[in-house]
Amino acid sequence: MSSDYEFSDDDGDYYDDEEMLDGTQEDDMDMDAFGEDFKVVPKGKHKAYEVEYDSLSQAAVEKLMKQDVDHICGIFGVDVSTANLLLRYIKWNKERLIEKYMDNPTTMLVAAGVIVPEASSQPAPAPIRTHSSTSSGFHIPKSLKPKVEEPFVCPICFDDDTSIQTLALDCEHTFCFGCWTAYVNSKIRDEGEHSIRCMAEGCALVAPDPFIRSILIPEPGAPKTWDRFQELLVRQFVACNNDLKFCPYPSCTNTVSCPSASSKASLATVVPTVSCGALREHMFCFGCPIESDHRPVVCGVARMWLKKCRDDSETANWIKSNTKECTNCQSTIEKNGGCNHMTCKKCKHEFCWVCMGPWSEHGTAWYSCNRFDEKTGVDARDAQSKSRASLERYLHYYNRWANHEQSAKLSLDLYAKTEKKMEDMQITSALTWIEVQFMKKAVEEVDKCRMTLKWTYAMAYYLAKGNQKDLFEDNQRDLEKAVEDLSELLESPIEAENIPTLRQQVTNKTVYVQKRNEIVLEDTANGFVEGRWKWNITVEGFDDPESD
Amino acid sequence: MASISARRLAKELREIQGEGCPVGISLLKADDFATWWFSIEVMGESLYQNEAYTLQFRFDSQYPISSPAVQFVVTDGKQAPIHPHVYSNGHICASILGNEWSPVLSVVAVCVTLQSMLASCKKKERPTDNDRYVRTAPENPKKVRCHLPKSVSSANSFPDTIPL
Ligand SMILES: [Zn+2]
Ligand SMILES: [Zn+2]
Ligand SMILES: [Zn+2]
Ligand SMILES: [Zn+2]
Ligand SMILES: [Zn+2]
Ligand SMILES: [Zn+2]
Repeated sequence: MSSDYEFSDDDGDYYDDEEMLDGTQEDDMDMDAFGEDFKVVPKGKHKAYEVEYDSLSQAAVEKLMKQDVDHICGIFGVDVSTANLLLRYIKWNKERLIEKYMDNPTTMLVAAGVIVPEASSQPAPAPIRTHSSTSSGFHIPKSLKPKVEEPFVCPICFDDDTSIQTLALDCEHTFCFGCWTAYVNSKIRDEGEHSIRCMAEGCALVAPDPFIRSILIPEPGAPKTWDRFQELLVRQFVACNNDLKFCPYPSCTNTVSCPSASSKASLATVVPTVSCGALREHMFCFGCPIESDHRPVVCGVARMWLKKCRDDSETANWIKSNTKECTNCQSTIEKNGGCNHMTCKKCKHEFCWVCMGPWSEHGTAWYSCNRFDEKTGVDARDAQSKSRASLERYLHYYNRWANHEQSAKLSLDLYAKTEKKMEDMQITSALTWIEVQFMKKAVEEVDKCRMTLKWTYAMAYYLAKGNQKDLFEDNQRDLEKAVEDLSELLESPIEAENIPTLRQQVTNKTVYVQKRNEIVLEDTANGFVEGRWKWNITVEGFDDPESD
Repeated sequence: MASISARRLAKELREIQGEGCPVGISLLKADDFATWWFSIEVMGESLYQNEAYTLQFRFDSQYPISSPAVQFVVTDGKQAPIHPHVYSNGHICASILGNEWSPVLSVVAVCVTLQSMLASCKKKERPTDNDRYVRTAPENPKKVRCHLPKSVSSANSFPDTIPL
């Protein structure tokens, strides 16, 4: 754990996440048992940069949970709610539960809050509640019967109304129905708690599901609270299983199963970008908390880079500014599109927004805007110029990283305007709806490639000098050039008569850009599998950098 | 029907005014059902001899289903006791104020628990992560989950759980 305290408005799960990736959890998930019906989006492994995974609905995960519960019921001869409490307590580690339970069932039942410690002296401890005959596994515990003890005063609200309905778990700690209702609702809705203990001080008995259900059913908002409770249970199960991850998008309840990325070691060779299957935008990384596609760079490096950017945000903030001065006439120039080819309105000077160099040099093969000239670092002797060189180096990469993000956003904004224009044209000209769609595809492709490019700068910053880095940057440059060309084309003025030509050009360039992106992703992914990439810094799961 | 919270607090207040507080604890101010202040002092021999501290209780409409927000007052020249479970901003790391809170516990029970927490202290020191915590802590101490070792619990402790 990284901190000694955490804010309680996170996922509400009080279990340590230490076990998540260290491989201590047994891999007992039977993939065949998932059942075809529950595959939301079946994915086959096609490309080196794609990982195999399944998207599971909440119902599919509940089915997996039920298999474990049935298994435990069968072995121990306990009822469904007891098996549930035991499994939740032991974080769904069936093997450990079986071992501990066989060792001492009473200790286990007490620890899981199924029985009160005193009950341990009673003869047959194991099947406390007889197996319910109903198929749903639902039964009314004996404690649900309203108590008829004479002068009852609720120890919480001090209500002493004689007609008051009361409830208690097997510990016989009795409270009024109203207090129970408020308590169960507050635990589930406000605290996101799936394990609801008895309200008495120091009592460790946990309310079984049928008890919770019986309290929630008469409530007006009951279905919602009960659903929330079910979701919390699924979330706990998913959090306890290394092969599963809950979709991080708000109010989504899908889960992704990705066994090939469940260990820390696997994250040095794969970038597990997955989608929950509920919505196209629900893309996230299975291996780290980044809620987007960070291919081609592996999780460890991506995280390191984001941390560096956070730590150095102030130094680098000026880069994000949307205005710069023309290097020729010093007039202010505003960037309002994704293209980096700038032309000064005043003096017509053409330059590159990223490096501020003349644009004429960008078209020629010898010039590369993406590569940082490491020589400046070698020349630096004293500490001050060394630190300046290292800042310059960082800014080189950060500048390009941030620029791709910004350009992607700007081109989407610009496209919104273009789309409007094209729709207008569709009305005034003979063009069909299909004929004006080529722009949309191109803009989407540019956006996708800029995300790849963005992360290639994070990767290049940490890549060790040498042939491999040179080859990586060649591919990066080729993709970047293709993207800038297409981007520029997308910003050319649109008139009805030039549409057929524009369409042809845009389509050709889109295909080319797609190909270049594919090359960067494939080659980088293959490099991870082959162990080709060496870093200039220690990265978890990789060899230490060679000192030079 | 009055809310559970108001009815409960009214009853607790009546009891405090009728029977008084345990030794070393006294009610300073309770003009409404939102915020109460107590003075708390450790009796007998302890590291906190002759030191009086002010405890603030804030209640929301969920009280006593959910715990009150309890902290030492650190304004107007007042200070929080130096204790391994008390941060310099007055926040307290005690499990009965967090996940071991029971709706059966009362304001006075909390005061007594905190008084004995001070009484049993062996060494006056701040929590190890005090500076980091104080820098990032939210205003409401209830928003924070305490993970300090040996958190303070109430008198009745839970049966031993099986280490996983
Ligand atoms: Zn009550
Ligand atoms: Zn109880
Ligand atoms: Zn989703
Ligand atoms: Zn990742
Ligand atoms: Zn100019
Ligand atoms: Zn440039």
